[in-house]
Amino acid sequence: MVAKKKGKRDLPAALAKMADEVIGSANKGKTPTLDIPVRSLANVRFNEQKRYIEMGSAKQEREFFNVNMAKKFMQTMCVAAACRQLEDEGKTTSIRDLFYMIKHRIDGSNENTVDDQSESDAVIEDLEVTAQFIREELNLFAENKGALAGEITLVDSGDTIDGRAVGSGGWAIPSIVEEDVIQFKKCTANFVLLIEKGAVWHRLNQDKFWRKHKCIILHGGGQPPRGVRRLCYRFVNELKLPLYVYVDNDPWGYYIYSVVKQGSINLAFESQRMAVPSARFIGLSSFDPEKFGLDKKSTAIGLDEGDIRRAKEILAYPWFQSKEWQKEIHNMLANGAKFELEALTNKSISFVTEEYLPRKIKEKDFLD
Amino acid sequence: MPSRNAAPEAAPRRRPEVKKATAHEMAARQRDISVAEFFQKNRHLLGFDNPRKALLTTVKEAVDNSLDACEEAGILPDITVKIEVARSGDGSLPTTPAQAERFIVTVQDNGPGIVKKNIGKVFAKLLYGSKFHRLRMSRGQQGIGISAAGMYGQLTTGKPTKVISKIEKEDQAHVFEVSIDTKKNEPVEHETKSISWDREHGTSVSIELEGRYQKGKGSVDEYLELTSIANPHASFAYHSPETAEPKKYPRGVEVLPAAPREIKPHPYGIELGMLLKMLQDTKSHWLSGFLSSEFVRVSSAVADEICKNAKLSPRARPRDVMGKDAEVLYKTLQTTKLMSPPTDCISPIGEKAILAGLYKEIDGDFYTAVTRPPSVYRGNPFVIEAGIAFGNKGFLPKDGDAPPEPAANGELALEEEGEKSGSKRALTLAELRKAARLKEKLAKEEERGPELARLIRFANRVPLVYQQTACATYKAATEVGWRKYGLTQSRGSLPQGSLCIFVHMGSVWVPFTSESKEAIADYDEIRKEIRLALQECGRKLGIHLNRIARAKYEMSRRDKFGLYIKEVAEACGKLKVKYGNVNVEKLKKQLQAVAEKVTGGEETEADLNRKENAPSELANTIIVTEKGLEGAVPEGLLNTKPIPVSPPDGAHQAEAGSGEDAADEAPAKGDEKEKGKAKGKAKGSASAQAAPPAKAAKTAPVPDDIPIYSGGKQVSGKKVKGNAGAALQPQKKGKGKGNQKELF
Repeated sequence: MVAKKKGKRDLPAALAKMADEVIGSANKGKTPTLDIPVRSLANVRFNEQKRYIEMGSAKQEREFFNVNMAKKFMQTMCVAAACRQLEDEGKTTSIRDLFYMIKHRIDGSNENTVDDQSESDAVIEDLEVTAQFIREELNLFAENKGALAGEITLVDSGDTIDGRAVGSGGWAIPSIVEEDVIQFKKCTANFVLLIEKGAVWHRLNQDKFWRKHKCIILHGGGQPPRGVRRLCYRFVNELKLPLYVYVDNDPWGYYIYSVVKQGSINLAFESQRMAVPSARFIGLSSFDPEKFGLDKKSTAIGLDEGDIRRAKEILAYPWFQSKEWQKEIHNMLANGAKFELEALTNKSISFVTEEYLPRKIKEKDFLD
Repeated sequence: MPSRNAAPEAAPRRRPEVKKATAHEMAARQRDISVAEFFQKNRHLLGFDNPRKALLTTVKEAVDNSLDACEEAGILPDITVKIEVARSGDGSLPTTPAQAERFIVTVQDNGPGIVKKNIGKVFAKLLYGSKFHRLRMSRGQQGIGISAAGMYGQLTTGKPTKVISKIEKEDQAHVFEVSIDTKKNEPVEHETKSISWDREHGTSVSIELEGRYQKGKGSVDEYLELTSIANPHASFAYHSPETAEPKKYPRGVEVLPAAPREIKPHPYGIELGMLLKMLQDTKSHWLSGFLSSEFVRVSSAVADEICKNAKLSPRARPRDVMGKDAEVLYKTLQTTKLMSPPTDCISPIGEKAILAGLYKEIDGDFYTAVTRPPSVYRGNPFVIEAGIAFGNKGFLPKDGDAPPEPAANGELALEEEGEKSGSKRALTLAELRKAARLKEKLAKEEERGPELARLIRFANRVPLVYQQTACATYKAATEVGWRKYGLTQSRGSLPQGSLCIFVHMGSVWVPFTSESKEAIADYDEIRKEIRLALQECGRKLGIHLNRIARAKYEMSRRDKFGLYIKEVAEACGKLKVKYGNVNVEKLKKQLQAVAEKVTGGEETEADLNRKENAPSELANTIIVTEKGLEGAVPEGLLNTKPIPVSPPDGAHQAEAGSGEDAADEAPAKGDEKEKGKAKGKAKGSASAQAAPPAKAAKTAPVPDDIPIYSGGKQVSGKKVKGNAGAALQPQKKGKGKGNQKELF
């Protein structure tokens, strides 16, 4: 890993500020306290102007000399110190590695600093919001998930990757896709297509969909992880490409789209770095089976109770209030059925690449 | 013991099939029943209902008599109790005390002795005594006790009571064998002789009786322990049939309780029959004179008023007031507004003395005592005293961060102690016992639920061991809301925990529920006083427990913060490298200081490990901490060190040998040693059999600075105190010659 890039924010300085709080309070004879933004539904709101979910301003005080918070406080400082070490040594680790970095027996006790990874994971998220550095900037990563292929050449940790020559598996999208890891070299794509499922992505890749339509196709294996979302963000913001999202026609598909577009409740604090408000919903729409003459009888799956409940929740989200979306969701409920992306294969194997997507793109048949 | 029902029936029976008796026939069957005969049939009323109880009652009556006699003569009592296994009726000697059916109980005191001509009557005539005819706070009241014990022995074994008595300045001691003619209620003296006895004065009573020897609740051991708590001015030695060496209950204070003043009855406290008897017996010539001279709180003016209200002439001859007149007089007496009786006739044990008594016999960490101001029920003055001994070890703050469970705690403590005092030392006997007790307690709790508090009850310094639940003290103790004071308690029962509740009622007339004097009758006034006294003790305990709980909690927080401080400070150190840097060690100290500040500062430490005096709200309280005793610790106790390390037996013997009296002492092991053995102490109280009366100990009101010595404790007392002798009092001038062993 390379040294700090120009323009990169100074992580050690931000972390040192946390130490300063401890030192300053100790000097004054006061209890050291960290102000940590609250990460919960109560502290999340939809910013109408920016079109994404934002975290509110509520903060909780984490006091060192409070029995209920002392351990978390200590853990927060330990994680901060570990991140500083990673920064100094120019390495990234998984969050599991970090758990083992800070885990040790506390002197003079039979207690460990951390006993379960869930403790350090929660503290990492606290640290992200407190120091205002996202996980990737803290040199931490989660499991790799997702793949990419298409009309782009990029550099990954110094290796040049030609998106048109990545074989059938595609290029595995790393967890960290920040500028210092991934640089875009050459892009000939006109748009980016984010696909919910690896299997459908595979169909498109095999059919070289990206070559014919000059695009980048990627998938996130269900709910796209941060790396995939962050990469989409960069495509849209740095390469000025439109982003289309292609998901199942069910409430979960809708929500995946909304997370890509507006950000998630869980990671609201990262919306500004990840949300792509300009993303468009390309399909599968609840009107598509009709439109494309699908054999509904053989391809529809009935909505179950959970689907209906989730659909109603989504109907209520502020970012699904447009007329079109309400129509879309109500239509699904009226159909009483959901459709998977693979349903299109019922027509023919390459129906999706040869008929469905070209027609959608041509007709600009998107939902906003 | 023969069955009660086997006695020939003298009273007329009613049987439907029998021909109706005429008045004459019935008259022929009606005759006097001697008191002795009556009690022979009703001995359960006197505490002789079963062999085990009979054994205890016998000891009890004799000890009560001894204590009363000594106190009245101004002598610090030294009492020896011996129980020996006797040959059974068929002449065989049982192999173990548990199998034995007959015992010889001997109780010997250093009292003033009994005049020769009275000996027979004292020990073999029911209702003979000095106490019934006056209103004064004393142990016995009716003069039934010791003669009843003698009679019981006589009935069950046919053996007479043996008495040895010596009066001061007489050369010879008198030896008697007396029995009772149960029909005539008259003593029969079997044998009289004189022997030389190497003590100046004293009495020894031996009764052979049918009994059963069993330890535990209601045993002689328990009775002596309790007596010793309520009578810390007395010392006891107990030769049980099981052990060769006497168990000792050392003296806790060196001052006799104030002699109670005798008072005349208060009109509210008498019954009509008693009034009639008093009218007949009085020496007054006029009714008004009778009233003002025979009762307290009746002045001549009040007496005249009473006569007027009763429409009787003040000049009437008392003997002529009878029948209806007497009844009117009685009612008038009850309705006339009179001052309460004086209360200075009551001699409480005193808070300091109760503390000393509890402290020397009960193992605990916290002791407190309260003496209520005297009060009155039905014209009888009384005083209630209460005390609490509490074992803190079992107490834990409710907080989840609290230290580990008691078991682990106790064991841990032992281990630590062992380490501190050097690897060579094995655990002392006391510690092993303590550990064993702890284990036993935990096992018990698992089996039968949590341990309930032990209630120890006393009336005029006499322990009450039976019929606990019928007693006003029990009712009051269960009525108190102990939860307020930090204890656990189920509704309507005693609180839980290692707690000993002491209640004493002192009165010129303690109302018992029965003749066997086992439970105090439940008068509202009495119960209320008991409750108030217990509440006061409870409050003090609550304050103490709160403080400990809070301090422990704060300490656990502080410890926890302390652990994390290192982590946080070191993390800060890493974060500040090249960004200003920081002195990690200094930061640790600063954080430690803040942590201490937010956890109650120095007070926390002080509460857990108090060296200074207890806070003012805990008057008359002893708190045992790791560093020693604190609180209202009487002077003598202050010098004691916390549980010392007992040297191995060999070393101990050598040390003991250096004490002058040590050789004479019955060999006591390790911690059982009497104070007499302590270095530099020539005279041991246990060996001071015959202190010259009046000089040895003055009867005095309980002063604030009652000297209390902290002599070695009984093993049963569970505590082991060192350098006991240092606290011995100068007025103790025991002769040190008497050796208890030779008396038997």
